[in-house]
Amino acid sequence: MTFGEIHKQAILEWEALQNSEKPRIFVGTATCGRAAGAMAVLEAIDKELSRRNIDAIITQVGCIGLCYAEPLVDIIKANRPRICYGGVSPEIIPQLIEDYIISDNPRPDMALGTIGEYSIDGLPKLFELPMLRPQVRISLRNCGLIDPEDIKQYVANGGYSGLAKALRMSPEEVIEEIKKSGLRGRGGAGFPTGQKWEFCRRSPGKEKYLICNADEGDPGAFMDRSLLESDPHAVLEGMLIGAYAIGATQGYIYCRAEYPLAIERLKMALKQMAEYRLLGDNMLGSGFSFQIEMKEGAGAFVCGEETALMMSIEGKRGMPRSRPPFPAVSGLWGKPTNINNVETWANVSAILQRGGDWYASFGTEKSKGTKTFALAGKIVRTGLIEVPMGISLGDIIYEIGGGIVGGKRFKSVLTGGPSGGCLPASMLDLPVDYESLTQAGSIMGSGGMVVADEDTCMVDLARYFLSFTQAESCGKCVPCRVGTRHMLNILERITQGEGQSRDIERLERLAQVVKSTALCGLGQTAPNPVLTTIRYFRDEYETHINERRCPALACTALISYYILPDKCEGCGICLRDCPVSAISGGKRMVHVIDQSQCTKCGTCLDVCPDRFSAVVKVSGGTLTVPTEPTPVTKSKGDNRASA
Amino acid sequence: MHEKLTQILASYSGQRGALVPVLQKVQEALGYLPAEAISEIALFLRLSESEVYGVATFYAQFRFERQGEHSVRVCQGTACHVRGSRRILEAVQRELGIQPGETSEDYKFSLERVACFGSCALAPVMVVDKTVYGRMSITKARKTLDEYR
Repeated sequence: MTFGEIHKQAILEWEALQNSEKPRIFVGTATCGRAAGAMAVLEAIDKELSRRNIDAIITQVGCIGLCYAEPLVDIIKANRPRICYGGVSPEIIPQLIEDYIISDNPRPDMALGTIGEYSIDGLPKLFELPMLRPQVRISLRNCGLIDPEDIKQYVANGGYSGLAKALRMSPEEVIEEIKKSGLRGRGGAGFPTGQKWEFCRRSPGKEKYLICNADEGDPGAFMDRSLLESDPHAVLEGMLIGAYAIGATQGYIYCRAEYPLAIERLKMALKQMAEYRLLGDNMLGSGFSFQIEMKEGAGAFVCGEETALMMSIEGKRGMPRSRPPFPAVSGLWGKPTNINNVETWANVSAILQRGGDWYASFGTEKSKGTKTFALAGKIVRTGLIEVPMGISLGDIIYEIGGGIVGGKRFKSVLTGGPSGGCLPASMLDLPVDYESLTQAGSIMGSGGMVVADEDTCMVDLARYFLSFTQAESCGKCVPCRVGTRHMLNILERITQGEGQSRDIERLERLAQVVKSTALCGLGQTAPNPVLTTIRYFRDEYETHINERRCPALACTALISYYILPDKCEGCGICLRDCPVSAISGGKRMVHVIDQSQCTKCGTCLDVCPDRFSAVVKVSGGTLTVPTEPTPVTKSKGDNRASA
Repeated sequence: MHEKLTQILASYSGQRGALVPVLQKVQEALGYLPAEAISEIALFLRLSESEVYGVATFYAQFRFERQGEHSVRVCQGTACHVRGSRRILEAVQRELGIQPGETSEDYKFSLERVACFGSCALAPVMVVDKTVYGRMSITKARKTLDEYR
């Protein structure tokens, strides 16, 4: 089949589906949907439809990015727009099917909005919602909308037309097009993609390799997982275009083993590509041949570093080496190799489909196009977003993300994961682009964005990141192996209330040495979270060291829990739930925590009913409360009356 | 075991870079990498046992001791950390009576701490076998574990 024929057939099928008289139901079953219970919802839909004998088309789709509202179910009835329902549970499925599919009541109370051209009175348009309106979805263009397991749905939506176009151009022209788009590496470092390809193309040698880095190891980031699960072909098409431009013969996708669904969908996609001759010898009759092989990571963060990743593909310990030689000259098996990240490849296919100039019309002067971010932490609307470069951090957190959970105070946003930094409220106007973030001491990174509120201790967070990088340090170079260990020791003693007067200066000095002398990116960036927290939250370090106090009440060694005698009504819930039996009391007795037994797990604070709020957490100093249970003196219900 | 190994190894004959995938396949089939399997893999790939151990111990995925019937993995990624995953892990440790990296005496559960499953939007997250559980609380974690007892 020629591409024209494949395309024609895909369009016919797609249109038949759009004009179907049968109701169509879409369930978001990417990993995040599943974690929220999407498979149980899917089962409930199946059951209800067969019980009522309704003939409907059920499609499992990926993630549209509204993770906070998972599980998501969309319904299309003939001649009606697609309606997206959020927070769906298996229990409400029978009612929803009864109300909308049978009785034509779209249940505006449960609907998030409509997708598509037409609208329904009383329902907002989904893409006009605050979370979606500011977004420009290029790499995520199909996510949550099409069936990721059906190549024809991708083709019907413009897929592989970028490849078809590239194959009609010369490899040099393809590279020019990518250069024109201004695309820079989305893995974090931001190296211009076109230039990288050109280096590899010009490298002598017949055998060249191309790698898709899907080893998304940053804790707190899930852009690549979501994209691979929701639209694998967008990434694969990009790889084919890159392979053609560079002259590569063999490609690899290196995907971390923690992403089983992404791996499964990629394998399925590769099989379908081969069936349509979009892979293998003489692709689409162009004379160009290319193969792609899946490689599963085995759990090592450092393998996200390109030279370590290639060692791992070769079956060795994934340890980085110094550059030069760069992979473009000597990479996998010593051959010229080009490596780009998942999101970069998905942008490549869009650029060839729609043109470099079109792509360059988004973003800022030096950072073109869009960037995806995984919003997580103490933010109201967690999820996956794609925004034009240059948007401010504040717009992302407040407009798109809906601000901080529980009306708490924003403290910091962490970009770039363990290689990035913690930026304070005063930086919320900062535009999101490679240069601005680097100047602020952080990095763009691959797109993890974790929001911290007043309950997060910044010293503890720095300690957390260091414990991660320290554990993941491969041990090859001394600055990283020993330097991060020593920094971690200092951070640990500070969070345990044993900080010493010159610890901040020691940390800064060590950080500078590790940053400037470590062998690879892991070590060179590991000090960033420490340096930025010292730069922006120095007072928190000082309070820990000088006053032995944690202002955020987060560092276990520096906090204590107490039960207030004037609030406790002796209900016994905390006594029952305390996992270490550190609480004593009795009916109508004020309960008491034995401080020597308490492990500070916080269960008592969680379970004490709001109407009493008798448990408090304090740091620095002690509260004077009875040491033995005493009779409750206040009359029952006092708290309720005053509240 | 020998037969299972021979079967797995045969499909990697002559392939370069096969060590990691071989270890993965063997662990999938046997649940962990017993010493005898390491010897056989080394022999087949013409590597020394220490080379095989060198690679296998480098990656977090590989186990060298028999594992429990159910693997419980508590995420300690950044988003989970900020949302209190340490307390979830402590609760699971108490509940199962084992530390991360350990297996219960009855070989029912193995516990691990993992940095990030990429379900950060639903933090804190716990994974039992292949099922991801989001929006965990101490109480939900206990109830989830009860389902596997």
